[in-house]
Amino acid sequence: MSNNTPSPNHFVAPLEETPLVAIDAVKVGERPSNLWIDAWRDMRRRPMFWISAAIIVLIVIVALFPTLFTQIDPRECILSRSNGAPTATNILGFNKQGCDVFSRIVHGTSTSLSVGIIVIILTTVLGVLFGMFAGYYGGWLDSVLSRAGDIFFSIPYILAAVVIMSVFSAYRNVFIISLAIGIFAWPATARVLRAEILRVKNADFVMAAQALGVSRFRILLRHVLPNSIAPVIVVTTISLGAAIVAEATLSFLGVGLPNSTMSWGNDISAAQTDLRTAPQTLIYPSIALSITVLSFIMLGEVVRDALDPKARAQR
Amino acid sequence: MSDRTSQNAPGTGGEQQPLLRIRDLEVGFQTTDGIVPAVRGVDLTLMPGQTLAIVGESGSGKSTTAHAIINLLPGPGRITGGSIEFDGKELTKYSEREMEDIRGKLIGFVPQDPMSNLNPVWSIGFQVEETIRANGIATGRKDVRAHAIQVLREAGLQDADKRLKQFPHQFSGGMRQRVLIGIGLSSRPKLLIADEPTSALDVTVQRRILDHLETLTRDIGTAVLFITHDLGLAAERAEQLVVMYKGKIVEAGPSKEILQNPIHPYTQRLVAAAPSLASRRIQSATHESASHALSDLDYAPTQVTEGLDLIAAAEERLEHTSRTKRPDAIVVKDLTKVYKIRGQGKGASGELIASDKVNFTVEKGTTTALVGESGSGKSTVAKMILRLEDPTSGSILIDGQDVAPLKGKGLLDLRRRMQPVFQDPYGSLDPLRNIGNTIGEPLHTHNVGDRASRKARVLELLDQVALPQTLITRYPNELSGGQRQRVAIARALALKPDIVVLDEAVSALDVLVQAQILKLLADLQAELELTYLFITHDLAVVRVIADNVCVMQKGRIVEAASTDQVFDNPQEQYTKELLNAIPGAGIALGV
Repeated sequence: MSNNTPSPNHFVAPLEETPLVAIDAVKVGERPSNLWIDAWRDMRRRPMFWISAAIIVLIVIVALFPTLFTQIDPRECILSRSNGAPTATNILGFNKQGCDVFSRIVHGTSTSLSVGIIVIILTTVLGVLFGMFAGYYGGWLDSVLSRAGDIFFSIPYILAAVVIMSVFSAYRNVFIISLAIGIFAWPATARVLRAEILRVKNADFVMAAQALGVSRFRILLRHVLPNSIAPVIVVTTISLGAAIVAEATLSFLGVGLPNSTMSWGNDISAAQTDLRTAPQTLIYPSIALSITVLSFIMLGEVVRDALDPKARAQR
Repeated sequence: MSDRTSQNAPGTGGEQQPLLRIRDLEVGFQTTDGIVPAVRGVDLTLMPGQTLAIVGESGSGKSTTAHAIINLLPGPGRITGGSIEFDGKELTKYSEREMEDIRGKLIGFVPQDPMSNLNPVWSIGFQVEETIRANGIATGRKDVRAHAIQVLREAGLQDADKRLKQFPHQFSGGMRQRVLIGIGLSSRPKLLIADEPTSALDVTVQRRILDHLETLTRDIGTAVLFITHDLGLAAERAEQLVVMYKGKIVEAGPSKEILQNPIHPYTQRLVAAAPSLASRRIQSATHESASHALSDLDYAPTQVTEGLDLIAAAEERLEHTSRTKRPDAIVVKDLTKVYKIRGQGKGASGELIASDKVNFTVEKGTTTALVGESGSGKSTVAKMILRLEDPTSGSILIDGQDVAPLKGKGLLDLRRRMQPVFQDPYGSLDPLRNIGNTIGEPLHTHNVGDRASRKARVLELLDQVALPQTLITRYPNELSGGQRQRVAIARALALKPDIVVLDEAVSALDVLVQAQILKLLADLQAELELTYLFITHDLAVVRVIADNVCVMQKGRIVEAASTDQVFDNPQEQYTKELLNAIPGAGIALGV
């Protein structure tokens, strides 16, 4: 191996101790992996993910098939049972009107969930469109779209929703209340996406695609958007919980859904006068609301940790 | 393990007490899968006033060793065994408080990245004074200030008293590193640890900074532990060399001897693959005698260096490219790009001339290197040729055709004939698309063939760049930097282009991987008759890959000639400076 012997202060490790390996040998795992696959593998290992996902699945089933969980008609209210204590069949007792609390919670689920889902569809569609074009094309389009977003952003969406709901008091339904919340909530999504697009669009792979002759819009859809969407998913999951709270808040303030519509917000609102005499009428709908909102926020947190390895390393 | 080290560890011999004595050092990183060892039994000895360089690739444990000495291991890192004796005291037993007294005061540290190691919200003066106070060098406002000015003067900054009030963003990278060196040496430490102090800087700046560091430490009598990935640089700057590989020392001894007579196969690989050394060797060989074959220099390439030997690669290349006149593939005429920039002060605006009347031609099937330091405009020229930026004036002819008016179909045809490979292997591949889709995207975009024939072409390309075909369904995050760069090359070759623009395509890679990629590029050129425009800051690499060189400075081409002419007989002062800045100038290679 050598043509002359080394001097005494020239140390050479025996080859057996550090055998040479092939330079830059390809070492890949058994299964393919990328951001999404890795995120899924990471989430799968966390109990928090399974707990929140299980609760959310349960809530969805309750919303779709309320009669699976209770046979009692929530509209069968008998005033003589007003604020009555729980019985064997009416496990959570009765509210002021004498309706079954448990049944009302079960039947109110679909309202809360629908509002949440419609709001996030609305905010995501608006936010993605505004954020995507503002961030990607920049220039005057960015100025116009971003200022438009700022105008909506500067008004607290709850306040705006109160005003809208008061104006449209004749048309209070699930869709209108979702619209009232969503129309002022999308700028948050747009901002997050715009910032992410600004970062991703300067990546070398975008320039490489341009040099290949891929059209600008196609680059946006195929390369830039998929690489920017992760934070939007996080924001969306968390804001679903916030939208459900917003509906409850509006109903509580009396500008939400009409009393004829069963919703947790309405129930909480109606129960506030009887807090001392019949706390169950307030507490149980509140617990349902909290659990639902918490599950979505928890899921959002887990998704964020899984998608952002930096946040993971810091824990 | 310790019996061998006591006999022939580097720097032993001589009756002097060693300044730093590391024995069997082991460092591990705590992960969810247990402790992953990063340093596995390192021994080294450093005498007072001596300079010792640790050389290795990324992941070899060289920085971890340095950080372990001053107990600045990142998060999950722990010293799991061995001893670090500094000036007769055992550092591994020191508490965090006691270490604080050692750090800065007795052991100075110069970090790698001058851009992020100064706090941008505090003035330079504040940060220098902070160090002086923390190390108790001086107390009292006036005294501290006087010391701070002295530190900056020593760092080689003119009008140091005015500079104190300035902020890091008003300093260039080189100046910041001077400040950091000044801070590191402010308390006259016995040992200075310099962790890749100049890797982020231009070569000419690197040379000046290291010259300066050398003078300073010699005057003060500080010993230097120098961490670097560049074997040429290490050998030039240090008397003693330690080569690390996979957390272990594979070879250690006097620098010159290791370069002339590398014994461990890994060191042999490094010596064969280091561009700075290869370029020096080629240089001395051509000077010695014209008939002197390049490869029978002081050591014979052995099997372990196969495919890595840059000199062999350069020779092979020369055989393929005959010196006959070929048609011009790229002709650049008076190419100018002016950027409008917002100036400082209200309403002020200025112009930045990124490229100023640039002229050059590239012959078909040859390689022209565009060399320059950061800000020289070389990448701007590359982007204009690729039609990713529009020139302000001037013209670009590709195969005799003016590319400026091309649009739509014409532009697509141009893109088919000319493809780029970019610098950052981690940024140039879409992380969410698998390798097959990435390499196949050009075929898809240009509607070449059907699904089956595209897949066949992708597999063929993977073969061409020596990657296993199974990667087709894998994602970039599973690949190393070198492998990603191979994928980027495969994507560039998918449409069978004539011209490939390589924008710093090997700059971000470790030396051995770099050598492999350079070899691959040379092989592909011979096989496919490719024309390369090779953009780089590294003249050493140019020597082994390019036929012609254009040296750029401040937007202009200051010198353009064949590679041999530029290296043997540089005409411009700037070119001479660049050539002198290639590490390894001071080493006699014993040819």
